[in-house]
Amino acid sequence: MILRRLARYSGGRPWVAELITLVVLLLCPVVLPLFGVTADIASRILIWGLFGLGFDILFGYTGLLSFGQAAFFGTGGFASAFLLTQTSLQNHVFLSLIIGMIAAMVAGVVVGFFTLRRSGIYFAMITLAFAEMFHFLELSPLSQWTGGENGLTGVPMPIVGIDSLHIQISSGWSLYGYIAAFFFVGYVVAHRIVLSPFGQVLTALRDNSPRALATGHSVRKYKLAAFVIAAGYGGIAGGLLGVLQSYMPPDAVAFHTSGQLVMQSIIGGAGTLFGPLVGAALWLGLQNYLQDVPVIASAWMLILGIVFVVLITAFRQGILGALKQLFEKAAPKAPVHETELSAEITRRHHVTGVPDEHPNQDEIPDNYLRTNAPAGGLIIVPKGESADGAALSCRNLTKHYGGIYANEGIDMSIPEGQLRGIIGPNGAGKSTFFKMLAGEVAPTEGQVFLHGADVTGLGVTAVSQLGMSKSYQINELFSKLTVSQNLAIPVLARLRGEFRPDMLKSLHKVPGLHGQIEATLELVNLTQRADVPVTELAYGEKRRLEIGLALANAPNVLLLDEPLAGMSPRERADTVQLLKQIRAGRTLVVVEHDMDAMFELAEYISVLQEGRLLAEGTPEEIKNDQRVQDAYLGGMEEV
Amino acid sequence: MSMPSLPLFLSQLFNGLATGLLLSLISAGLTIIYGTLGVLNLAHGALFMVGAYAGFMALQWTGSFVIAIFGGMVGALVVGLIMERVIVRYYYQRPPEDQILVTFGIGIVITELVRLGFGGIAKPVPVPSWGQGITRIGSLIYPTYRIEMMAIVAVALVGLYVLLYRTRIGMIVRAGIEDSLMVNMLGINVYRVFLLVFGVGAMTAGFAGILNAPILAVTPDMGESFLVMSFVVIVIGGVGSFPGAIVGGIIAGEIISLTSMFSSAYSHVMLFAIMAVLLAVRPQGLFGIEGRE
Repeated sequence: MILRRLARYSGGRPWVAELITLVVLLLCPVVLPLFGVTADIASRILIWGLFGLGFDILFGYTGLLSFGQAAFFGTGGFASAFLLTQTSLQNHVFLSLIIGMIAAMVAGVVVGFFTLRRSGIYFAMITLAFAEMFHFLELSPLSQWTGGENGLTGVPMPIVGIDSLHIQISSGWSLYGYIAAFFFVGYVVAHRIVLSPFGQVLTALRDNSPRALATGHSVRKYKLAAFVIAAGYGGIAGGLLGVLQSYMPPDAVAFHTSGQLVMQSIIGGAGTLFGPLVGAALWLGLQNYLQDVPVIASAWMLILGIVFVVLITAFRQGILGALKQLFEKAAPKAPVHETELSAEITRRHHVTGVPDEHPNQDEIPDNYLRTNAPAGGLIIVPKGESADGAALSCRNLTKHYGGIYANEGIDMSIPEGQLRGIIGPNGAGKSTFFKMLAGEVAPTEGQVFLHGADVTGLGVTAVSQLGMSKSYQINELFSKLTVSQNLAIPVLARLRGEFRPDMLKSLHKVPGLHGQIEATLELVNLTQRADVPVTELAYGEKRRLEIGLALANAPNVLLLDEPLAGMSPRERADTVQLLKQIRAGRTLVVVEHDMDAMFELAEYISVLQEGRLLAEGTPEEIKNDQRVQDAYLGGMEEV
Repeated sequence: MSMPSLPLFLSQLFNGLATGLLLSLISAGLTIIYGTLGVLNLAHGALFMVGAYAGFMALQWTGSFVIAIFGGMVGALVVGLIMERVIVRYYYQRPPEDQILVTFGIGIVITELVRLGFGGIAKPVPVPSWGQGITRIGSLIYPTYRIEMMAIVAVALVGLYVLLYRTRIGMIVRAGIEDSLMVNMLGINVYRVFLLVFGVGAMTAGFAGILNAPILAVTPDMGESFLVMSFVVIVIGGVGSFPGAIVGGIIAGEIISLTSMFSSAYSHVMLFAIMAVLLAVRPQGLFGIEGRE
């Protein structure tokens, strides 16, 4: 059920969208001429739409704003135009287009290697700079092959043939058909990609790249894959432009090509796949219609610019996004209703502070936290064997920031299955210590061992893959996804490893995904909220989801950074129960300020002070330790 | 490919400095705005162009190039201030991608407005009377206006430096770069400072635009290539760093100029290639601080 929800939320029933697309594409040659739309314009719109499918995967789904897609449009276009005009491949349009696409993808790997080292504004700037480099390369050093400022003329029309039956495609609607076939296949592939486990991970990168990294996904590889996919779409679209015009123009590599793509995608709606197509239709339509209107003929670009600025400012989701929202508001689906109901229950619960008198299947934290032990149905990743029986240990762990010593010389050994508490006054170095254990921060000196294996400097992704995960003091959620989609991300990392290009596989077909999400939802009591976007959750629910993200990763060592932070007394009690419940089969390390909870929960406590290990012992020993009392009370006697 | 003669080399070195200083100035405007406001202004190239057109108009009316320079600065300043007040200030809390997109859109609107008003044909801005002719420096023979322009740009850069590093307002701006929230809490209206910085950045672009107008044709699209080059400059120098913009600008100018000695076809390609290498070796740029995005 959860998976159906996931699929529905991320794009509808399989094949319905494809079928509609096919019908619309087939109807165009009949309907569009009635409105005065020529085959040439329809073909151009499809080419930009195809180009945009790749860009939408890159920007709308992965969140990478590239201003340099012209580089790949040009690479594909010129590579195939070159093959079609200067070599013996003249009669092999399809083959040349594919080779052009591959050339663009190779260029994508090279450019991606450099540009993906940075994100945000750097990425935008550097992709733009690279595209300009391609433009200059085309204009001059490579002009022998690209025709420089003249471009390449005489790109032949394709011949489509089966056995002895050959159809010479000519300009007009038959060429439209040829291009529409590419668009259709391109759409089917793109749609599969965004619905695949691979596509689900891409959305996680967009929403919270550091957390995706920490749950065990190789962010770098996924980004590069998305970049290369977008390059491939650009390459084939560029090739088709040459075929359509019988001419490959040099300005296909120019900055305004990248800019036009970005604007069309935003206007139409990013993250919808069809957005760029809608944007292109508006763009080319406006350009063509306004040509005949005397006064504003030359203002079409100005009008588009204003539309673009207004859309970004007020309707960031674009035309399709706005329509989608309108549609969803007008017709609330059943599950939304369901979740509103459960929200009501949760709310009543918070107000009264006591469980509902009539327990039903929608019930409720306490109940379920007590009865469902141990950690029903959750998988736990198998653990390695260490010689000394320690699940997690560190030796001489030290971190300097310039002259500041955050941690110094910490030795610690946490036996398999223990619930270890780490306490210390503010500024004791707990957070840095935790970050070093989790692999988020590389220590200046010393080593970290997970089940006896040295994991120092491996990085958070590798450590997560080895079975240790962390929940954060400040919620690190995937903000645009629903609760169940959030939980899918760490589960996918566990089940698929740090990277898997299963782009055409259905999310439904990942074995074990369903069970793990359901079990986690139940454990953190969010089953009723599974379809709710994270932005609509209450703080306590977000907190539970934060812990759920770490749990869904199926860790055998779980680090919890202040799991009780900001919770109401009731939520605290629930969470303490939860922690007791998930102990089975795991080693837990908890940093917490709530001493009562800590003394209740922990079997063994380590105290940090001023970056060093001050004391270790059972809760009783720690309570009575004079040094610990001094550390917390700050030498009150002396005053 | 043969080794160039020493005089040619010196001449190209000088050329590179001229191009480089202009790039430094444009990039300084871009980097100050980014450093303070956190907004990468893709309309910066359009402001450069507005400066050239405003200067052109002032020149038409008055015939004085000095007034034209002020006209260019004021034109870009006014457009910049309107842009900040009407749109950009609502974007300070939005994701960087949105900021990039909206300034990109504003740039297009400005460019198209100018195209509508002035047409697409290049406007001539003649070299001022005091910049006519050529000047001899040792064995170098160089257009007088270019030498004067270098001096003016250098003075402007020093002026910017003094404003940023030697005045009270500059101190507030630099504090704003570090932590604008804190500055706000200290009782300084940081948004007024933001407006000021945006204005200064825009004015810098406009100033560069009119100064460069006698050398380059004034067209609505003239800003685009400078925008791209200034990106390269601040990526090389370190985004948000004022010294980085200066050094990066000069490096970029020299790369273009010295490469063209061997092959003019590769001059810009080389610029981007060196940027790529630098990114691989030192992603934060020459003067950038690690970890600051």
